[in-house]
Amino acid sequence: MSQGDLTSEGGHGAVPTGPEVPVEPAPAKTRRDWPLYEVFVRGKRGINHVHVGSLHAPDDEMAVDAARDLYTRRNEGVSIWVVRAADITASSPDEKDPMFAPSGDKVYRHPTFYEIPENVPHM
Amino acid sequence: MAHEETVYDALANAADDHGHWAFGTGFDDPLAGVDTTVPEGVDPADLGTYCLMLGDDALVLAQRLTQWVTASPELEEEVAVANVALDLLGQARLLLARAGSTGVLGRSRSQATDSIPDEDALAYFRDPDEFRNTGLVEAPGGDFGRTVVRLLVASTVRLALFARLRGSRDPVLAAIAAKGVHELTYHRDHAARWVLRLGDGTAESHRRAQEGVDAVWPLLADVLTPTDVEQRLVDAGVAVDPAGLREEVEGVLTTVLERATLTVPAWPAATAPRGRSGQHGPELAELVAEMQSLARQHPAATW
Repeated sequence: MSQGDLTSEGGHGAVPTGPEVPVEPAPAKTRRDWPLYEVFVRGKRGINHVHVGSLHAPDDEMAVDAARDLYTRRNEGVSIWVVRAADITASSPDEKDPMFAPSGDKVYRHPTFYEIPENVPHM
Repeated sequence: MAHEETVYDALANAADDHGHWAFGTGFDDPLAGVDTTVPEGVDPADLGTYCLMLGDDALVLAQRLTQWVTASPELEEEVAVANVALDLLGQARLLLARAGSTGVLGRSRSQATDSIPDEDALAYFRDPDEFRNTGLVEAPGGDFGRTVVRLLVASTVRLALFARLRGSRDPVLAAIAAKGVHELTYHRDHAARWVLRLGDGTAESHRRAQEGVDAVWPLLADVLTPTDVEQRLVDAGVAVDPAGLREEVEGVLTTVLERATLTVPAWPAATAPRGRSGQHGPELAELVAEMQSLARQHPAATW
């Protein structure tokens, strides 16, 4: 598998695959020709949409139906977003250190060194 | 912290006013706390029989849809079909419980042990000749094309009926209908989406969808003619006259089929109600035998 192969499939969506990422052997023949969608659901209490999983659907509208049936069966959500996994651009694990390590020692970026006035709500 | 919350936290907070399980976490008496007094001037036997009619439509269609589980063309659609079946099973449970509350139990009570609640006795210990569902729901499902066409037709009829039933003089029926309208709206939409895609899809999907339409349409003959029981309850302000649903049903179905590039067959001539009066084909006996086999072999089993 080449370094640039980003065609992950089966539950992890746009997570890149690479030589160091263990993957299950591909099935000999897949009958799936529906695209993979990633599903985001917003809970009842106004929090942001959260990634809950993925599914296959023939088109965008049916993906919303399928997301409703698969991921909101137990009253979890009030809003659904679906997006084709192929349309997500993801960072690569190969670049993990250059991407994320530099922010590790910059504690002053956390807003813990400021005193919050008492009359500022919701902080 | 807010960003660590997941949507599944709603489950852990199921006790608040907004998060709750569809039917509560207990499965005791489905009509607990509900005043089941029969409205004045209404024959309890008529009301119970009417609840059997509406309940059996849901129960039998739920069983037909459940037959797709482990056999669906796609995993996602299997869950969708099972969800529809569960909604219908929930409607059946409430309606059969309402029938039981009026004392309409047929021979089921004599075949079920005392610990089995009325609605379970009616569902699992009643013989096919006592079922009051229409022929629309008992016909075999056929392929997936016919299944979604039948679901479209059945949910269109039922949604039209339930929307009107919300004004029933029986408050229990009115409440069951109000709850069911949301479910049926989704069932109809989901089925319509599939009919549009199959009808206006490939040559093969179009052929199968049209075959489904041609097979399902004649079943409408058994659906919209009221029985004497329904007629009396219509006069009493309790039931919905099925004959009055035709315009809405025909309009919705015609719109969907035309957009799906399918040919709308001629509306079948109305016949005397068969299913509602207990006349069924051998396919219902087969379906009921399968549905009841576990309960009859292991009465009062729990798991």
